[in-house]
Amino acid sequence: MKKLAWLKRTYQTMLIGIISLMAIIPILLVVVNSVKTAPESSSMSFDLPSALQFENYWTVIHKGKLGQSFTNSMVYSTLSAAFCVLFTSMAAFSLSRNKSRFNRFLFLFIIMGIALPINYFTLIDIMKWTHLMNTGMGIIVLYLVTQIPFSVFILTGFIGSVPRELDEAGVMDGCGPIRLFFFIIFPMLQPAAVTVFILSFLNTWNEFLLPLYYLNSSSKWPMTLAVYQFFGQYQQQWNLVSADIVLTILPVIAIYLMGQRFIIAGMTSGSVKG
Amino acid sequence: MSKRLYPFYFISIALALYVVFAVIPSFMGIYLSFTDWNSYSRDIRFIGLENFRTIFSSEENYLHGIRNTSVFTVSTIILKNVIGLMLALLLNKGIRLRSMHRAVIFLPAIIPMLVVGIIFKSIYHPEYGIINEFLRTIGLSQWTRHWLTDIQWAFKSIIAVDVWKGAGYIMVILLAGLQAIPGTFYESAEIDGAGAWKKLRHITIPLLMPALTVTTVLNLVYGLKIFDTIFVLTNGGPGYATEVVYTLVFRQFTLGSYGVGTALITVLFIIMTILGYFVVRLMSREEQSI
Repeated sequence: MKKLAWLKRTYQTMLIGIISLMAIIPILLVVVNSVKTAPESSSMSFDLPSALQFENYWTVIHKGKLGQSFTNSMVYSTLSAAFCVLFTSMAAFSLSRNKSRFNRFLFLFIIMGIALPINYFTLIDIMKWTHLMNTGMGIIVLYLVTQIPFSVFILTGFIGSVPRELDEAGVMDGCGPIRLFFFIIFPMLQPAAVTVFILSFLNTWNEFLLPLYYLNSSSKWPMTLAVYQFFGQYQQQWNLVSADIVLTILPVIAIYLMGQRFIIAGMTSGSVKG
Repeated sequence: MSKRLYPFYFISIALALYVVFAVIPSFMGIYLSFTDWNSYSRDIRFIGLENFRTIFSSEENYLHGIRNTSVFTVSTIILKNVIGLMLALLLNKGIRLRSMHRAVIFLPAIIPMLVVGIIFKSIYHPEYGIINEFLRTIGLSQWTRHWLTDIQWAFKSIIAVDVWKGAGYIMVILLAGLQAIPGTFYESAEIDGAGAWKKLRHITIPLLMPALTVTTVLNLVYGLKIFDTIFVLTNGGPGYATEVVYTLVFRQFTLGSYGVGTALITVLFIIMTILGYFVVRLMSREEQSI
């Protein structure tokens, strides 16, 4: 009986080990090939490189103008995530505290957006009217908009758990809504705000369709578009494509490792879209 | 009191952005889907149901794309939920290095879909891709395939990529659900002589239903919008074997035939609004339990 349990345990450990391996192999494959020479990487195998070619990274940063795209992505994702946290936590505060029928409707109307498909055609008109077509600002706004519904959902839920007594204490001290929110409530929202920031950052960093539709000039491209373009150009040089991919996923993985707790908290509080 | 302290203008910025850039385009789209709107001419003429007739005509390939999207969505939901549940059950037992395994298995979920597509383009390569390479090494060369260009396999290969990417994500949600089930339930079931299968069927699955509903609805919303991976891996080919709604939409966009494209999105909009109703019900129920 004891032996059977031990056998079962070994079997389970092995099984989960194999699954973990399957999850990470494609990523390791890219990392290994990013430091090979072009002929070595042409077969995209796990053979180790004869010498580490770190200059591949320099090549892609220069050739692929990755420095520019990396900065673009950083700016787009950071700003849209920051504004998303600001605007949606303000909205969530009023929505959660003042539970009128109208606010209840607004809340449902906004989170309905989680399922809403973007109409890329008519959005062109809106982008033209607002003079945001083919601008970085336009992409930031669109990124922000895609993150609003889910962020409102997370933050409204969280604000429900912040005691109302704080509001009353604030009013006693003579706070208006703005001071109450920014000096008393907002600092209390930190865990949820970090979750929203991280999820928005990751989702927008990974976004491909919106810039594909609305950014024409390559100098404004984010990483995903730049990698796609690079892949089209250098399909034969897998070492460069791999280096390019590593640079794209590095920030995402870093944020994931640092903020895992927040990501999982956000997902399990109702879960994110892809 | 609450009106003054919790003012409407706090809601208005997020609301205005959402309405202007997400809601209004959808409603404009409904109107424009009845027109011959395109990028070449300035006049827009009303043409009734012509665009919808094109989409639902059996001579065109739109229906094919709609069918593929449904097949993709349903099969990835089933596969990801089943695999995710098995992984969650496995990890929920006190396995060593559990948090490491969880972190690794979840990792694919945060990689950009586009990048996943590029990586699998190499992995699926018929000559040197690691899948065929592996099959040859273990002596199963007859199993090697042209994964992305064989009409029988292309769509299945894409579904496999999506399962690879998404199963860990489902696992994390279900794992959280599993951990909320009190251990005493299992203990008393054991006293009553319930085996592993009975415990799964009569305790675990019923109690996981809320979590499984969340994963299903979110996957539904996600699956209907699938684009990036297919765009890179096959771009709808071979033939129309992997065409989905969003690849068709992008093609209409590049061709400039906005009317048909908008009609396609409008069809999706109607489906998604119905779905959205369930999302709202699901999530507002959750919100009350917080």
